[in-house]
Amino acid sequence: MSLTRRELIEKATKFILLTPAAAAALEALDSGSIDTMPDKYKQAEHWWAMTIDVEKCIGCGACVQACAKENQVPDGHYRTWVERYVIDGYGDEQPEVDSPDGGMHGFPDKNRPGAKTFFVPKLCNHCATSPCVQVCPVGATFESPDGVVLVDESYCLGCRYCVQACPYGCRYIHPEKQTVDKCTLCYHRITKGLTTACCEVCPTQARVLADLKNPNDPVHEFLRNNAVQVLKPHMATHSKVYYRNLDGAVR
Amino acid sequence: MRWFRDAGHLGRVALLLLLGVGLFVVARHFAVPRGFGQYGHYRGPVLKEIRAHPVSYAGREVCEGCHSDVAEKLAGGRHKTVGCESCHGAQAAHANSDDPGAHKPPLPNALALCARCHQQNHSKPKNFPQVDAMEHSGGEKCTSCHNPHQPKPGA
Repeated sequence: MSLTRRELIEKATKFILLTPAAAAALEALDSGSIDTMPDKYKQAEHWWAMTIDVEKCIGCGACVQACAKENQVPDGHYRTWVERYVIDGYGDEQPEVDSPDGGMHGFPDKNRPGAKTFFVPKLCNHCATSPCVQVCPVGATFESPDGVVLVDESYCLGCRYCVQACPYGCRYIHPEKQTVDKCTLCYHRITKGLTTACCEVCPTQARVLADLKNPNDPVHEFLRNNAVQVLKPHMATHSKVYYRNLDGAVR
Repeated sequence: MRWFRDAGHLGRVALLLLLGVGLFVVARHFAVPRGFGQYGHYRGPVLKEIRAHPVSYAGREVCEGCHSDVAEKLAGGRHKTVGCESCHGAQAAHANSDDPGAHKPPLPNALALCARCHQQNHSKPKNFPQVDAMEHSGGEKCTSCHNPHQPKPGA
């Protein structure tokens, strides 16, 4: 190959100039198909959370049923569930925790004299700095701009890292899709102005969807007037599910 | 005339490098899914895909749009916090239908449904009204005395 210096400089310059140009051209070809959501819902105006008043939960399991129906949750798996705690004492005793069928069909009575007992509804805590998101090797799970931890099931490898990483046990592998599945905070509902399916059916309003960026949301009053707690605060996950009247024994 | 001795083969290396960069740009374009990085380290369009999931529970406000008489009654009683679909089940198919009568929600099984919340259980909050159904009514249907939309008897 014999190139004069002039030819080389010419070719190289063309290449240097044209490579980004080609990239830009390819980018432009695609940009038309990227949907920018031209609708009323503005992500930047929301920061979703939930409040749960443990003192109001009656363990009816309506939330678990509604979640399964709304989101086609496979049998034996739960995006939300209710736990029953029975605490005999605060010494060395471990609290007794059960959740038959996720609490979906309620709880048979367990009367132990002298024990303290209550229900705790659980779901994805939609952490602002989520361990599950940090471990995903491909970017299939993420915190959305409005504060919801979601899964891109078409991009998930099913590697289960996030299932292990979640300190709250909120993720499972979908038995048919073999990808990870979890609570979406009913993203398809809350972006339409509806509340989540679990909050919709909760008969005592023990759980209430909250938008922390909405100054008129009653959540601000709730947080101001009550002693609230998140689960496992020492994990620094910045959970956004706030519990009122949460017992220290709850993990 | 040459500027310096190695211009020839350095040029070839430079050309190869540029070719590599070019190939990388093209390969990256096809390997990275569309919209990846639009909002962060994930596929941006997935938000829209998740939002496309169908709604099963219409929501209380939608129910109240047509059944304002029941809503009014409910609002005046102890069951005011209970959403319509808590008892009547998911009714988006009924609410969004051109012919709601064709998707009429079945009447709930009162005894089982009432018991789900009101059956006595020691783990329930102490101030929540709960009964032992057999002791309370001897197996009589709850609706014989209580109207679920305004549960206080005689209200």
